[in-house]
Amino acid sequence: MSELRFTEDHEWLRTEADGSVTVGITAFAQNALGDVVFVQLPELQAYEKGAEAATVESVKAASGVYMPLDGDVLEVNPALQDAPELVNEDPLGEGWFFRFQPSDAAAVGKLLDQDAYDRLIKAQAEA
Amino acid sequence: MSTETLSKTPLHALHLELGARMVPFAGYDMPVQYPLGVMKEHQHTREQAGLFDVSHMGQIRLTGANAAKALETLVPVDIIDLPVGMQRYAMFTNESGGILDDLMVANLGNDELFLVVNAACKDQDLAHLQKHIGDQCTITALFEERALLALQGPAAVTVLARLAPDVAKMTFMQFKRVSLLGVDCFVSRSGYTGEDGFEISVPAAEAEKLARALLAEPEVQAIGLGARDSLRLEAGLCLYGHDMNTETTPIEASLLWAISKPRRPDGARAGGFPGAEQIFAQQQNGVARKRVGLLPQERTPVREGAEIVNEAGEIIGSVCSGGFGPTLGGPLAMGYLDSAYVALDTPVWAIVRGKKVQMLVSKMPFVAQRYYRG
Repeated sequence: MSELRFTEDHEWLRTEADGSVTVGITAFAQNALGDVVFVQLPELQAYEKGAEAATVESVKAASGVYMPLDGDVLEVNPALQDAPELVNEDPLGEGWFFRFQPSDAAAVGKLLDQDAYDRLIKAQAEA
Repeated sequence: MSTETLSKTPLHALHLELGARMVPFAGYDMPVQYPLGVMKEHQHTREQAGLFDVSHMGQIRLTGANAAKALETLVPVDIIDLPVGMQRYAMFTNESGGILDDLMVANLGNDELFLVVNAACKDQDLAHLQKHIGDQCTITALFEERALLALQGPAAVTVLARLAPDVAKMTFMQFKRVSLLGVDCFVSRSGYTGEDGFEISVPAAEAEKLARALLAEPEVQAIGLGARDSLRLEAGLCLYGHDMNTETTPIEASLLWAISKPRRPDGARAGGFPGAEQIFAQQQNGVARKRVGLLPQERTPVREGAEIVNEAGEIIGSVCSGGFGPTLGGPLAMGYLDSAYVALDTPVWAIVRGKKVQMLVSKMPFVAQRYYRG
């Protein structure tokens, strides 16, 4: 299992052994959203980077989850259908959203690493 | 709006100490949730007792021999025969029959009425009262002077009775002057959650002491505006500015029940409030649209502003409040619909992110109210 990469929209990405990439939202993001009651997952199709691939609904509001890179969605987490609270309980594990095949595998490594992401949320918390 | 321009309630420092997440609401910096989170705060209120700071709401006192008679000229509600020690739901209407605000009116006796109005409307409500009845009674805004706490949930009575045993004898919508911790308070057995509970008007300077004492009781948790909204939505209660406004009449808002019998066309004091003709005409002839309850048939919450269409795809209304009901265990909404579609169980469709989500017209409340009627 490779180390995690992150986007400025508070998604995490993990490259799997087969080269596909698993995506979820960070602990920071789920905490900011509050109790998740519904997740609309992407279709199994190609999305461009920045496209709204999924939507997370908390009790209070809906928030978009954006495609971190160009790619094809291969699989979505079926457990979120009946247990959206997994996003709160285990955001980096059981609460994953979808797995996709990036068009450019090297692009993942150019995203934020753990240190850079930690600095980002620290800066946001102080803003 | 920047934080510096927001008003603070007397409990602001306590909210921060409790770890609340603060948001701007009606010009105030208010707690939307505490570390417990909206879902658990909601459930805690239904199971035990929740303490809400609703000090942003406007408290107004009317005094004078003609106060009740004067207030009746502004609301379609029986105020003259409101018994001493009782509270009643009312609304200010405008000349077209639209709703300017909704409020609670209590009769304290001795020619004194006590009003609670919405935070966002309080300044205009005060101006409205002064303009129309300022020469008939004394109007005193208590905006800075008093705080308002709500203690809601099945354990609320047990908790409050520890401070004042007499409150246990009160029934729904009774209103009473009560001493709590030696502080002169007004207590009503009412609320905005569908649960049994109390609203407590307390002098601003004593509010924190009272709030801390209530929070020290084992049954009580602090509850934010997030859960307040999901609780009231499950109880089918309207939120002003969303479920009704100046463009909706009490008939369209499905609030005919709130128009007192003596003020209706065949009543002893028929009419005599702004917009009475329009409202009576609607009552007689029907309305083009009405507020109804809506139950989405999927797990997707359907939010305020979502368009509603019929099977043919024609727009027939929109959602005015919507979200997720933790006690209901699913999404729920209220909306205004073309009157041809308001019968119970009529299928309609909300457009959510470009997709149709089927909903059924539903009775309200969505979760049974549990008021204490003795």
